[in-house]
Amino acid sequence: MSLLDVATLRKDFPILSRSVRDGKNLIYLDSGATSQKPTSVLDAERNFYETHNAAVHRGAHQLAEEATIAFENARANIASFIGAQTNDVVFTKNATEALNLVAYSFLNATLKSLTGAPLPAGAQRFVLAQGDEVVVTEMEHHSNLVPWQELCAKTGAVLKWLGLTDDGRLNYADLDTVITARTKVVSFTHQSNLLGTINDVAKVSAAARAVGAIVVLDACQSIPHMPVSVEKLDVDFIAWSGHKMLGPMGIGCLWGRNELLASMPPFISGGSMIETVTMEASTFAAPPQRFEAGVPMAAQAVALSAAVDYLQAIGMDKVAAHEHELTTAAIAALSEIKGVRIIGPTDSHDRGSAVSFVVDDIHPHDVGQVLDSLGIAVRVGHHCAWPVCRRYDVPATTRATFYIYNDLNDVKALAAGIKQAQEFFGSN
Amino acid sequence: MQLEQMYQEIILDHYKRPHGKGLAESFNAEVHHVNPTCGDEITLRVTRDPVDDQKLLVSYDNQGCSISQASASILFDQLNDQTLATGEQAVDHLVAMLQRVEEPNEDVLGDGIALVGVSQYPARVKCALLAWMAWKDAAIQALGQEVSTEGEK
Ligand SMILES: Cc1ncc(COP(=O)(O)O)c(C=O)c1O
Repeated sequence: MSLLDVATLRKDFPILSRSVRDGKNLIYLDSGATSQKPTSVLDAERNFYETHNAAVHRGAHQLAEEATIAFENARANIASFIGAQTNDVVFTKNATEALNLVAYSFLNATLKSLTGAPLPAGAQRFVLAQGDEVVVTEMEHHSNLVPWQELCAKTGAVLKWLGLTDDGRLNYADLDTVITARTKVVSFTHQSNLLGTINDVAKVSAAARAVGAIVVLDACQSIPHMPVSVEKLDVDFIAWSGHKMLGPMGIGCLWGRNELLASMPPFISGGSMIETVTMEASTFAAPPQRFEAGVPMAAQAVALSAAVDYLQAIGMDKVAAHEHELTTAAIAALSEIKGVRIIGPTDSHDRGSAVSFVVDDIHPHDVGQVLDSLGIAVRVGHHCAWPVCRRYDVPATTRATFYIYNDLNDVKALAAGIKQAQEFFGSN
Repeated sequence: MQLEQMYQEIILDHYKRPHGKGLAESFNAEVHHVNPTCGDEITLRVTRDPVDDQKLLVSYDNQGCSISQASASILFDQLNDQTLATGEQAVDHLVAMLQRVEEPNEDVLGDGIALVGVSQYPARVKCALLAWMAWKDAAIQALGQEVSTEGEK
């Protein structure tokens, strides 16, 4: 028996009742890219526009007040979802922007220090010197790799990374050689979007702490799928996207330790993020406003807050257990098909629901196309983690990801679809 | 079924038994094109024909999906030892066919007309065009160059 009443849950997601490709029922196995949205989330966004719409943190008319309250209540709710203080959560466009915000804090602090101007208290931690080191892992999404490459290219810092084992895990044995006294920041993913691996955050952050480095966690693939609490994770920043956790597009979050946020220079500047402005210079608001220049995405914040409510009503423990059941079943079903190889851990412990695979003699694109013709939406390609494909010597993979609205029938359909692709292309 | 319209027998044949795959040792121009959304790659070399240097010999090596591989094999059949003008006409027609603004013309595209089914799948159009865009790039480079003895053996 499944842990979730999937049939009932599915009724909350209007899109899941549509058909695709000549009347096939939609089987959506691409939540790792973006999740579908329940009616309550769609309604929350619509309701904001219909009843409270105004630019937040500006103006004193009633709508402006209501909109601001709705926006800040959303922040409080979203923060409490990960056990954080309200004002330690900054809204961004998405996780990519949240990660860039941190990377640019290093760049901006470094540039500022070069002018000789005094830095705000604590900002010295963000100043990089030639030869300082930035550490990532080989399993990062491009969004947690390219911003650090850029930071290094602009500052003369050196990018290092923790490699992967053949079975799809971080090579923790190398931690002590990769993280050194010169390491200033360690940024890594909680769960790989390609391999499904859930990383041992405590182990990596302990190594980072030992050398005084700042720790950044990309939680894009963890916060939507399992309980995550800032109190239990010894990290300094957490970045994630709203759209992968039933929320709308256009909103992401950065949680940061209060004292670090307070010492960071602004990233994007302009309206809303200031304290005082003269023609010559400006001073900046306290976090989180310092990092939220311009009219923010209030309707999306309210909708993301509704997504949090939806997930909390189910319970994140249950979400994780349900996905674990599907992942275990998917690994078993795929392992039984001759010519199919899973890229990533083949045991389901410390593993999320992203199941990437290759099929002998059939390119992932072609596998995906056959699945698509059956109504099964999977992702094909390098999943914005090209170095991972190189590491396992595959040009690309086909990836299925499972979420609350999937069930064991979807796993069966996936396995049957792969066999059909093999028949179609005449392999096996 | 739409799937069979895209994966016509002729396409699958080219995919399984590609024509002309393998790089020539000498060349006047080499290009490497990738499809960044899916990782399909092709390295394509163009050599000016020693007998008639307006004609271009083609060789390539590639990896990718059936559509991109079959398309490269078809390109070899159609454009090996042809002029830039002939090739450009074929590329332009292929693009127009995939955008459904021109009916497939076998005289221009040969087996390439079988790629017409790809036009139903916008995400795959780039796969079908990869080799052809690479060829155009390489052909222009090769002709822009003086014929060098170094490049030809
Ligand atoms: C692990 C991981 N990090 C970062 C991102 C980037 O998220 P977004 O595109 O929403 O900024 C993704 C999304 O695919 C992801 O899976």
